[in-house]
Amino acid sequence: MPLLALIPALPLTGFLVLFLGGRRFSRNVIAGIGAGSVIASAVFTLLWGIRFLQSPPAGGAWTQSLWQWFRVESLSVGIDLRLDALSLLFVFIITFVGALIHIYSVAFMRQDRDYARFFASMNLFVCSMLLLVMADNLVLLYLGWEGVGLCSYLLIGFWYEKPANCYAANKAFYITRIGDTAMAIGLFLLFKELGTLSIPGILNQAPQHFARSASYSTLIPLLLLAGGIGKSAQLPLQTWLPDAMAGPSPVSALIHAATMVTAGVYLIARMHGLFLLSPMAMSVTAVIGAITLFIAGCSALVQTDIKRILAYSTISQIGYMFLALGVGAWSAAIFHFFTHAFFKALLFLAAGVVIEALHHEHNIFKMGGLRQKMPLLFYTFLSGAASLAALPLITAGFFSKDQILWYAWSAGNGNILLWAIALAGAFITACYSTRLLLVVFWGEAKTPVGKFGGRLIYLPLITLAALSLISGFIEWPHNILHLTLFSDELQQVLPATILQENHPPEFLLQGIAATATIAGIYMGYHWYYPITGRIYRWQAGTRMLAFRSFLLDGWKFDQLYRTLFIQPFLYLTRINKNDVFDRVYSGIARGSVSLNRLFSASQNGSLRWYIAAVLIGILFIVTLQLLL
Amino acid sequence: MSALFYISSLIAILATIMVITRYNPIHALLYLVVSLMAAAMIFVTLGAPFVAALEVIIYAGAIMVLFIFFVMMLNLGNTTTLQEKLWLQPKIWIGPSILSLILLGELIVLLLQEKPTPLPVTVVDARKVALSLYGEYIIIVELAGFLLMAGIVGAAHIGKHRKKHLHRFLQEEENSHGHPPASQADNAKQIVDHKEPKSIV
Amino acid sequence: MTSFNTNTVLIVAAILFVLGLIGVLTRRNIIFLLLSAEIMLNAAGIAFVAAGAKWQQPDGQVMFLMILAMAAAEVSVGLALVLQIFHQHKTLDVDNLNELSD
Repeated sequence: MPLLALIPALPLTGFLVLFLGGRRFSRNVIAGIGAGSVIASAVFTLLWGIRFLQSPPAGGAWTQSLWQWFRVESLSVGIDLRLDALSLLFVFIITFVGALIHIYSVAFMRQDRDYARFFASMNLFVCSMLLLVMADNLVLLYLGWEGVGLCSYLLIGFWYEKPANCYAANKAFYITRIGDTAMAIGLFLLFKELGTLSIPGILNQAPQHFARSASYSTLIPLLLLAGGIGKSAQLPLQTWLPDAMAGPSPVSALIHAATMVTAGVYLIARMHGLFLLSPMAMSVTAVIGAITLFIAGCSALVQTDIKRILAYSTISQIGYMFLALGVGAWSAAIFHFFTHAFFKALLFLAAGVVIEALHHEHNIFKMGGLRQKMPLLFYTFLSGAASLAALPLITAGFFSKDQILWYAWSAGNGNILLWAIALAGAFITACYSTRLLLVVFWGEAKTPVGKFGGRLIYLPLITLAALSLISGFIEWPHNILHLTLFSDELQQVLPATILQENHPPEFLLQGIAATATIAGIYMGYHWYYPITGRIYRWQAGTRMLAFRSFLLDGWKFDQLYRTLFIQPFLYLTRINKNDVFDRVYSGIARGSVSLNRLFSASQNGSLRWYIAAVLIGILFIVTLQLLL
Repeated sequence: MSALFYISSLIAILATIMVITRYNPIHALLYLVVSLMAAAMIFVTLGAPFVAALEVIIYAGAIMVLFIFFVMMLNLGNTTTLQEKLWLQPKIWIGPSILSLILLGELIVLLLQEKPTPLPVTVVDARKVALSLYGEYIIIVELAGFLLMAGIVGAAHIGKHRKKHLHRFLQEEENSHGHPPASQADNAKQIVDHKEPKSIV
Repeated sequence: MTSFNTNTVLIVAAILFVLGLIGVLTRRNIIFLLLSAEIMLNAAGIAFVAAGAKWQQPDGQVMFLMILAMAAAEVSVGLALVLQIFHQHKTLDVDNLNELSD
């Protein structure tokens, strides 16, 4: 059995070295340590992954107990790592895509003052994320979960001199905290019910236990789902992700597209045993996914900031994953995560190049004409956008999204409504992908193009571009080609998808999905192709403009939360500026003072007055004696 | 015996009423002497001749005479009487009197709740008192000795005729609105005068 | 000839005591205050002697002697104090002596 701990330990070492001595190293050394540690992890992952596939271990997982973390009565939590097919896939994505993004960052962040801090944070992130997916118990998973939250905060606010970036970092931190708190409560309940937090233990015990007492069988998955919603930026906690684009582009690519935001997907897939016990939690997951993918897709349609388009698109794609999880298409969700990691990382990295080349211009309508100026970038971006739009048969995105669309109707929990929303989402996705591509790369250049690029920049881009085209071929739809390497491997961990009795013919749905995609691409072309595009001749009315700004602000969720939560809270704090409880204490003080005044008025120095008081006292006592 | 008791009680009460209503201190004192004599009579009827003798000798004889000397020493004459007349208005005494009379009523009610036991008058003479006093109550005698000693020393000390001697707080008050001693003010002025040229130089 | 009992004596003592109390409460002259205090002490003495007579024991009379000694001491100190007050304030009005007031 390989030394599993090496995979997270290498980035951790990189982090520690850079954190403690980063300022003293030269840039080359920093790049070597920062990128090298993740690349080494990726190499080990590849080697062991091949070994895993060739000779699967007994029980479908390698486990490794490092040491005991803490022990309280019956709760024993160890630093235990576990690598099964699901973890392996995530570890592969994290280390491999992570390594590519690190290579890219070596060149991308070259001019930055805090080179070492950047790589230290990135390494810490990779380490935390690896812990999250390799954890054998939920406490260790939670450690990784909070670790990636911390790194996300650190990296969103990487350029901390700008207050807006700090605001975005705080926002991301606070909003994910809501989900994390819910998840922590879920863990407590889980421990209370089952008495264990080990993942295999939970999955083994849950069916019998909740068959006996179903008191928390719905609440626990819902709480875990809330954690996933916060981390994965799903409705209603999705508002942090568009603002999180304040961080550097590699950060957006690694954390806010490929890995961290899919932690929620991982958590639900990991806890599938609990979700399967509660049909309601499954339905909630599916509905949240469906609504999110539609809402975020609509917002992506009207954004003008290139990174915000991609951010909303990320929310929308994760919505697809949640939808797939909710309908019970476990492996389809993970497959979409797999392909999405490639093409979305690619799109973010390419967007980073565009932004750098155009001197930090984010507005896509001030770009244009990059097709001739940067052809290599154009082709990589094209493959990414095509994959995002799910261009049939030649892109990876098609295979994964088509599977989800099909299962949205035909899987056990699926129905036509979910399918219709997902189809609309597919149409919208194709539409905004085309819009993005056309506006940025066609037409005439509106901003002078600077020189930016290099081998280190393009190597990851090309690799990812290739992967975002071909990675889908490992899993074909059943009716076209019986090649299902991906789901076969995941069968060891995740239950197979159960189909409905009378599901519609798969060919028909595939055809509709492909048509929707093509139609979306045509719509985008029709509206946004330079010169002939309708959008340039279209006179928008005020009502349309209002609707557009409504979508632009992400369906006004920020404003909604501001009026619902922030303003009442501020109002309360304002009226409570002089602490209400202080009034009790100052009232006591004031009462004492006034009593003091009252009694000291009776101390008037008159002897006869005192004697009269004594007399009244005696009278009182004697009267008491008489009466009682 | 009981007739004697009632008569002397009546005299004592009437004389005491006179004491507290007189304007002239000397008159009040004389009435008090009468009251004390009546009390001595009560003691005799209660079978305590020794105490009766002491009442006459010490209370009526010594203490009251001390009062009389005192009043004479302060020379409280007609002015005091007039002042007392002004002070003793009905609105001043009616409230406390009612309160006190309520107390008296309550005391009497309490006393009458007891079943009346006839008082057997047997004389407890000086011999018995002396035996008890110097036997089991010897410590009381000693304490009384201490008390009298302290009283004498205290009286001698307090009564020493000195110049006006105020508490330091009162003294400051007096100085602030009265005329401060000239010498001190001059001294202060000198100090200020002395200092000013120095500070300028 | 009706015989008298303990309660009667105690009632007489109570009347004398309350008269003394009225005196203390109503008079403003310190000399009258002291006189009234003497009346109250005397009333207490009568009550003691009556109690002793009831049990035919000398204890009540011993207590009266104690009161006597105390009254003597009190009067001597009290009169000395009044003397000083009269010298310093030129008045015997207790209502003027309120320097201890707040």
